[in-house]
Amino acid sequence: MIYEVFRQERKGQPLQHAGTVTAPNERFAEIYAREQYGRRQESVALWLVPRDAVSEIDEFPDEFDLKYRRVDGYSIKARLREAREKAGTLELAPEGDR
Amino acid sequence: MSKRSDLLLSIADDELILGWRNSEWTGIAPFLEEDVAFSSIAQNEIGHARALYEIAAAELRTTADELAFDRKPEEYRSAPLVELRRLEWARTIARHWLYETADEIRLAALKASDDPEIAAIAAKMDREEVYHRMHAEMWIDRLLSTEDGRSRLNEAVDELWPYALGVLDSELRPELRRRAEERLGRDLPDVDPVPRGVHEAELAELLEEMTMVRRSAPPGTQW
Repeated sequence: MIYEVFRQERKGQPLQHAGTVTAPNERFAEIYAREQYGRRQESVALWLVPRDAVSEIDEFPDEFDLKYRRVDGYSIKARLREAREKAGTLELAPEGDR
Repeated sequence: MSKRSDLLLSIADDELILGWRNSEWTGIAPFLEEDVAFSSIAQNEIGHARALYEIAAAELRTTADELAFDRKPEEYRSAPLVELRRLEWARTIARHWLYETADEIRLAALKASDDPEIAAIAAKMDREEVYHRMHAEMWIDRLLSTEDGRSRLNEAVDELWPYALGVLDSELRPELRRRAEERLGRDLPDVDPVPRGVHEAELAELLEEMTMVRRSAPPGTQW
């Protein structure tokens, strides 16, 4: 069985994918993950997830190019410039933003 | 040598020699995850040995390194169980489990010691040994779960049983027998323990290899 291992570096931080362990069952996996991802005190918590239990989504079709849904559909810079002009604070903006 | 130093050295030698033996699997354990885990356990044992040597060294006015590396083979106090070279996985697991079970009994007795330094080091070691025992126990379950595994384990335990008894002082041996028989679900043979103080031929070879680098440099070299 392959287990995906997630580890938390410090309390309060998100758990991030660290790698995998291959083990015959959860008990073995826990021991192996502890040794591989925790023995140097590099983690405060580990999550083990059997790979089969992970649902993956890896297709995100965008056939009609609906770019207004995406952040890159907006030109933030131009809008910010407009707003600054209106407010009369353009000279306060950083050099590159004028 | 005081009884206290003798006790500290016997446990330290057990941990050092077993740590060395277990580390012989590094790179060739049955699979990668086990390789990492078993090597890490081996390192822990050597760490325990160092802590124990340091306590003994203060009393004997020497250093942990000198105790670990500069004695003659016959001066080592290790139990023959840890000296055996058995590079076969079922035997390695059987030895690991027998040693951890005996060590748990020994540490429980030491944690109740009147000597605060010994009680403290025993408690500290035990907090790491918990994981070694978990590792050993899961392998025992695994081996007991199939016919082939069970017969390999039983064969290895039968061979090692007199050695396992020899790890402990005579008053603690019945407890080891009780735990081992309960776990394996069978009686273990009535045999004479292989006592501490005699050494297996393999020990001299092990020490030769273990001290090779240290001996290659002039005494007092700082690493």
